[in-house]
Amino acid sequence: MTAALPLASFTGAFEFIFTPQDSNVTGGKKVGGFDKSLELLVKHLEVTLLALAIALVIALPLGLYLGHRGKGEQFAIGLGNAGRAIPELAVIALVAVLIGVGLANVAPVLAILGIPPILTNAYVGVRQVDRSTVDAARGMGMSEMAIIRKVELPIAVPTVMGGIRSGAIAILATATIAPLAGVETLGDFILNRNVYGENGLLAGAILVALLALTIEGLLALLQRRLTSDGLKLKTV
Amino acid sequence: MRTDKTRWRALLAALAAMALTLGIVACGSDSDSSSTGSEEGSSSGSAIQSNPDNEKVTLTIGSKNFPEQEILGEIYAQALTAAGYKVKSALNLGSETVALKAVKTGQISGYPEYASTALTSFFGLEPEEVPADATEAWEKANQEFEKEDLQAFEPTPFASANAVGTTTETAKKYGLKTISDLEGVSEKLSLYGSPECRQRIDCLAGLEKLYGLKFKSFNPVDIGLRYTVLEKGQADLSILFTTDPQLSAEKDKYVILEDDKEVFPAGNVIFVTKKSVAEEAGPDFEKTILQVQEGLDLKVVQELDARVEIEKETPKQAATAYLESAGYIE
Repeated sequence: MTAALPLASFTGAFEFIFTPQDSNVTGGKKVGGFDKSLELLVKHLEVTLLALAIALVIALPLGLYLGHRGKGEQFAIGLGNAGRAIPELAVIALVAVLIGVGLANVAPVLAILGIPPILTNAYVGVRQVDRSTVDAARGMGMSEMAIIRKVELPIAVPTVMGGIRSGAIAILATATIAPLAGVETLGDFILNRNVYGENGLLAGAILVALLALTIEGLLALLQRRLTSDGLKLKTV
Repeated sequence: MRTDKTRWRALLAALAAMALTLGIVACGSDSDSSSTGSEEGSSSGSAIQSNPDNEKVTLTIGSKNFPEQEILGEIYAQALTAAGYKVKSALNLGSETVALKAVKTGQISGYPEYASTALTSFFGLEPEEVPADATEAWEKANQEFEKEDLQAFEPTPFASANAVGTTTETAKKYGLKTISDLEGVSEKLSLYGSPECRQRIDCLAGLEKLYGLKFKSFNPVDIGLRYTVLEKGQADLSILFTTDPQLSAEKDKYVILEDDKEVFPAGNVIFVTKKSVAEEAGPDFEKTILQVQEGLDLKVVQELDARVEIEKETPKQAATAYLESAGYIE
């Protein structure tokens, strides 16, 4: 092992992100660098947002409805928990046989990861709204739809957003396996150690982590904007 | 509400138990060691002769953990047993780095490695520097191994290499026999390969550079999907392996294009061991290994891979069948 790969270092990883580096399997072509990193990062974000949108469309209305009706607790929480146990890699391979590879495969498969937390939190969030508040709204003559929209959802915002945040992070982190199904995300750096070396691997991990923190921060801000003033913790 | 919760808890417990069981089953599926093979070699043609001198030597044969390697490991292990050695096997080593370390530390006596992998992965050669000729590649690898007190035996007849594959229909439609035939049509064809293929000089980068080809698109996929994408009609071309069982089991369906400019380095198998181990084991060690690998041409290896990957035989069964039909053991 005269030419063992050098151990990764943060300096090396950051160099990899900003300037193209040598690789010993590409026949002299440089790999990595800012343009490539940006390209993969944008694709990674695109896949994540698409999958999150699919998950939201399915899980949010369902969770709110079930929570409002107070029905299907086993379904909402059971499906939520079962969904977390699904190995994405296996699903990607399975779906590849059914509908092939590419964004049409990867986005729905990743959405499966986002559905459980969003569904469960939406259900629990609405469910825990004080029943007397809901009864008061009903007594005022609000329609069921209006109760969900104007009473239950605003009060449940912190819990619902919590679900969306964990769903988004789960999707973003797992989008690293997308290059195995035809979509090149930041996972490309992580999966192909033979090409990019240890520095590339670490660079990929750093970029995914930074992206996750950014998304988490933005969603936290959004949550603050959406939460009604009456529900916020007063800081004196 | 209360009963609901209790029921839910019971269900959860049942699920957890199931998950645990699955985990245990998955962990327990390691291949066990082999010890079959005939003790007394009969004198039919090329049968392996058992030598009583070998009885006091214990050998541990290793391999990496995918079917082709496991079959090779079994073939060597069973043949050495027939030659009178006490043989253990460790056919589940994760990667070449792990396998080489196991040889160096003496945990295993040796394992089969592809000459091209040895040269690129251990000795830092660029894939394009790997000699296309099997003997040359072996000699080059052996020189490097000797510097580290290791030794590689002569290569097998078959080579395992990447290849550009397609369906027979596509090949007929565009008149494709060699990779050079893709000139002029590759712009209309999509190529699928493992994610790392795009950048590798012994894959897409080499096809672009040495053959001057440009493809309609390159789509990265998991290696396990290399036939699925062809079958589904998503891929016009897919990076396959020359030893793939599908190429013999479904030869009306898939073809590989001849690599006329040698982008894909030859990966003939060389058995890697430690010099001291080979000396201690005596001359029958090398002799037996070279003897049983003589019959391993591409067709035979494809069939052996097919037995395991398609017909679901164990590597041990496939290896025994090979050794018996070739007359090495009874």
